[in-house]
Amino acid sequence: MSPMNIIWMIAMPFIGAAIGLLYIGISRNITARVQNRFGPPPYQNIIDIIKLYSKKTAITHGVMFHLGPVLAITGTISTLMFVPILTGNYPIYLFSFQGDLILLMYIMVFGCLAMALGAGQSGNPNSAIGVSRGLTQMFGYEVPFVIALIILMVRFDTSSVLDIIKAQDTVAHWNIFRSPFSFIAAIAAFLGMMGNKPFDIVFAPAEISSGPPSEYGGKYLALMQTNRGLFAFVKLVLYTDLFLGGAGDFITLILKTFALFLIPLFIGIVNPRFRTEQAMTFFWKWPTAIGVVGLVLVLL
Amino acid sequence: MNDDLDRQNNNIIANWARKHSLWVLAYGTGCGAIEVPPTMTSRYDAERFGITGMATPRQADVLLITGYLAIKTLKRVIRTYEQMQAPKYVIGFGSCTINGGMYWDSYNTIKRLDDYIPVDIFINGCMPRPEGVIDGFIKLQERIARGQAKGWQHYQENLDWYRANQKKVIKNWTMPDYNW
Ligand code: SF4
Repeated sequence: MSPMNIIWMIAMPFIGAAIGLLYIGISRNITARVQNRFGPPPYQNIIDIIKLYSKKTAITHGVMFHLGPVLAITGTISTLMFVPILTGNYPIYLFSFQGDLILLMYIMVFGCLAMALGAGQSGNPNSAIGVSRGLTQMFGYEVPFVIALIILMVRFDTSSVLDIIKAQDTVAHWNIFRSPFSFIAAIAAFLGMMGNKPFDIVFAPAEISSGPPSEYGGKYLALMQTNRGLFAFVKLVLYTDLFLGGAGDFITLILKTFALFLIPLFIGIVNPRFRTEQAMTFFWKWPTAIGVVGLVLVLL
Repeated sequence: MNDDLDRQNNNIIANWARKHSLWVLAYGTGCGAIEVPPTMTSRYDAERFGITGMATPRQADVLLITGYLAIKTLKRVIRTYEQMQAPKYVIGFGSCTINGGMYWDSYNTIKRLDDYIPVDIFINGCMPRPEGVIDGFIKLQERIARGQAKGWQHYQENLDWYRANQKKVIKNWTMPDYNW
């Protein structure tokens, strides 16, 4: 491993979290403009996190409660290590290997499970309801997501993200155009993963008082918010790699990830909230059906 | 311990962040609660200043008491306040929290909120308009930036005094000594 890679390994979680939080801040701004108000500055989320890290007390309810956010951010950082970030003249891919797509499928749910365990120990009924909703919803969107990945794996006969990026050398070869079925299934799963409006029943603040994190305060919450920003970044980079042909430099990366980020945002602004069973019906009906059609087509 | 607290209180970066990110737990007692939605939504848009509503006391920084407090409610307010994570601030909203307002001779409301939990900023008026509320928040931000909003520290240091006051009005005190 070259020294450059080690530097990136240390710096990338911070850069990723900053970019992800900035995106979430911009999304707050865009939502505000849609609602005809001015909105907070784009860096508001970063201020929030600095404030949370400088809180002086943080109550804990037990060992798992303590470990929940830590494990969640560990899961996210290890996911980041396996996602190729840049593939240009100055590539950044840290631990990519043959078969990393299968590993990614598993490791991406690790953070959610850790959070569920941590929130479960708080003993707050709202947390328990939120956790059960969140896990149910995860079973929902994992199905189209996995189908979409299988389509790509069968099509390119590989399970390495780098090989999939290499196969998309020109714009016409981007998977968004070459395997539209896979893209549609994956983007529907993406809506669920980002937890934006139609699928935000997990964190419904007015109803179950923000769900799983409702007992978390102070530095725990800071860690969870950092995790949120970083995880958003990781997912966006993974989708860019899989469907938009990866990125050669940071500017392309930011353009592509931001374009992807706008999809769930705009869908979220204009939609009300789905109940859990409506969300499950949605995930298991249309994206899954489209995914299966794509799978049949690619197998033929 | 106290030196440490003072040093942290004067930490410029932390105070700047605290000032620009106030997460509000609006405890909607009394009639004043009706002025909170307009403050938060499109017309007055308090989110410009980083003021957002939060759902639980654990996550919130500011406890907004909007009006008169019945003795029954005071119990919940104390509980909520003690569950918040320091540094935490309290805003008393409306004349009822200052001196009892038009409920000054009522048999089951408290008169001065400051006797029971430490209030950092009072906003007077019956009821204050959203402009007034935002002005109160800005004043709180100024105090935080100067490191003067130390009500929570005062509460910790004078817990006995506050407890005695609280127990004077809450006859059937069944709560633990401190509601972490
Ligand atoms: S100050 Fe006036 S508006 Fe506010 S709670 Fe008291 S009586 Fe109601």
